[in-house]
Amino acid sequence: MAKVELMKIGKVYEGNVRAVDDANITINDKEFVVFVGPSGCGKSTTLRMIAGLEDITEGDLFIDGKKVNDVPPKDRDIAMVFQNYALYPHMTVYENMAFGLKIRKLPKAEIEQRVREAARILDIEKLLERRPKQLSGGQRQRVAVGRAIVRNPKVFLFDEPLSNLDAKLRVQMRAELIELHDRLDATMIYVTHDQVEAMTMGTKIVVMRDGKVQQIGSPLYLYNHPINKFVAGFIGSPPMNFLNVKVIEEGGTVMIDEGSFKLKVANEHVALMKAYVGKEVSFGIRPEDLPYAEGGSVTNVINAKVTVVEPLGAEIHLWASTPTQPLVARVPPHHLFKIGDAVAFNPVMTKAIFFDRDTELSILPVKWDEQAN
Amino acid sequence: MRKKGIAAGSLERRRGGSLVNLVLVILCLVWIVPAFGVLVTSFRDSRDIFSSGWWTVFPHRAWIKTGEVKVDPKLDLDGEISIEGKSASFAEWREGVQVSPERRLQWYGNKRTLTLVAQERKWVGFGVNLTLDNYKGVLTGGEVQYKNGNGDTITRQGNNFADAVLNSLAVAIPSTLIPILIAAFAAYAFAWMEFPGRKTLFVIVVALLVVPLQIALIPVLRDFTKLGLNGQFLAMWLAHTGFGLPLAVYLLFNYISQLPRDIFESAFLDGATPFTMFVRLVIPLSMPALASFAIFQFLWVWNDYLVALIFLGDRNRVVTSALAAMVGEKGQDWHYLTSGAFLSMILPLLVFFSLQRYFVRGLMAGSVKG
Repeated sequence: MAKVELMKIGKVYEGNVRAVDDANITINDKEFVVFVGPSGCGKSTTLRMIAGLEDITEGDLFIDGKKVNDVPPKDRDIAMVFQNYALYPHMTVYENMAFGLKIRKLPKAEIEQRVREAARILDIEKLLERRPKQLSGGQRQRVAVGRAIVRNPKVFLFDEPLSNLDAKLRVQMRAELIELHDRLDATMIYVTHDQVEAMTMGTKIVVMRDGKVQQIGSPLYLYNHPINKFVAGFIGSPPMNFLNVKVIEEGGTVMIDEGSFKLKVANEHVALMKAYVGKEVSFGIRPEDLPYAEGGSVTNVINAKVTVVEPLGAEIHLWASTPTQPLVARVPPHHLFKIGDAVAFNPVMTKAIFFDRDTELSILPVKWDEQAN
Repeated sequence: MRKKGIAAGSLERRRGGSLVNLVLVILCLVWIVPAFGVLVTSFRDSRDIFSSGWWTVFPHRAWIKTGEVKVDPKLDLDGEISIEGKSASFAEWREGVQVSPERRLQWYGNKRTLTLVAQERKWVGFGVNLTLDNYKGVLTGGEVQYKNGNGDTITRQGNNFADAVLNSLAVAIPSTLIPILIAAFAAYAFAWMEFPGRKTLFVIVVALLVVPLQIALIPVLRDFTKLGLNGQFLAMWLAHTGFGLPLAVYLLFNYISQLPRDIFESAFLDGATPFTMFVRLVIPLSMPALASFAIFQFLWVWNDYLVALIFLGDRNRVVTSALAAMVGEKGQDWHYLTSGAFLSMILPLLVFFSLQRYFVRGLMAGSVKG
């Protein structure tokens, strides 16, 4: 029921500091949208503009087709969960959850019923009489979510809600929030700087940098079809490898030349790469697309020396280096590598992505917004 | 190496801790001993106060008269006099001579009395001679009688201290609550509300901190005279509110501006008005700051003499004025002064101990992680 549309939204702070620039984002009903980007990229500011905590300096914000630029937050029918939980320390959990409803002057019985229902959903019924300081981090976070649930809003806003939890709890809460989204069937907008959270939770991801929206799409679309080097490097861990190479044509075959190795460009890329023959491009390849060549084939491989070995059990992250450029590969743990070993990688060239050296944009065809027409 | 470092560090800390404790103990003694002396003195009989120190109420060994010894009139009193096996000159006998560890003889009066007082060292002070008369004399407004050091009975008008305490309360309670209320609103506005001239106004308020009270006394007194407020409680309330506000606003601003922004934003999203946030969030969360300022202000007003003397005068005497009057009017009435002083201390002590937990309690714990 709740569609949130940002049209050319911009935010300029006093002193002409631009936080958000020309953000066009459509958030459909029941979507779980994640704004992700490094600190200071404007994702929180965007969220706060949707919440109504910041004035919108440029553009229009629509919720359910209604322009809400000048609608006060309480009438926007949104609820927000803050990074620091923002619980009222002098109130019990029950009072914390009932606070917003009391201000709205709901009848007591209904408040009670709603708080109990939310507590049941979040499994915090036993904590209702406690005060925030008697709760653990995860419990506090649950109460903060509960405070949003009781409001029964059209849109939930989450501002880095898990960043204060320890790693294990974060994984658990992540799953719970996904489950909650399914159960409540609500529109959720979630801000994080953690690309893992973005990938695992979002049905749609908005990648931002320096106040600008870089790309919008489903997690897998962004992973496989990043629009530029930034998105490619930001999504995925370990990050995508970027190697500076020159595009050459030898005897009708389009190849890339790093200096220490030459690789044949995959057939489907040949047509696009032909335009770049003689130019330098950035060759992007994901760590998992770098299997090492057993038996040491000599053609179409990247020859490198191992610099760091990170055995994770199920896989090994192999940090290596060509004579001039570092790279990382994710390989199965069959072979014990030692630092200094020579290793040959046989990249899956169909998965390679090439970026223009000047614009950093992907040379392959990619949509800026996956769902936009 | 590292382990050693930690151990040495903890030892150092322990040593530092015992030094701190020692200083604290000394400080406590410096404060408590005189206060305790005042307390004890205030309960002692007026004659005792003039003849011995307050510490004599404790059991201690003293020379107690047990009888008299007559001296043989034939003895030559100009040379060495030998009594009970001890020889000493008359001057020494007058000072008292210990003839055995537990027995002392002292010549009574001049040579012609031929009498020595026999004294024995005994434990005394078990039967304490304490009285509430001093307090009665201080509190009542009627006539009181007491015996001075010479044993003469003296009749005086009582000090009417009970009225002074009531007057002080009538001054101190509103003079504490009014500035806190105003300052809390002001501090909240300065900290969390946007309005033109906010910074300038705040700077002015802080700048007022440096204005000495004494400078304002005469102009304010003249204004009060014009308004006919002199000698009235309202004058005191206004004066103390005015003098207390800059500090109150500054203190509370510091505290309230440190409250986490998230809390207010969350309440704002919930639809809380600024007034609701003030009442439901700022006031309860600022309790430690409010309480500590309340203690400061109450103690300051309670102990204030200057402002009370100028704006209230003798019309509605407060505790400090009444105490000063006790010293001035009845120079040697220590027993009343100590009782009055102790009465004036009780209330500040009560206020402090009832509110001190707010200093200690970290009310913010649990609100925001980190």
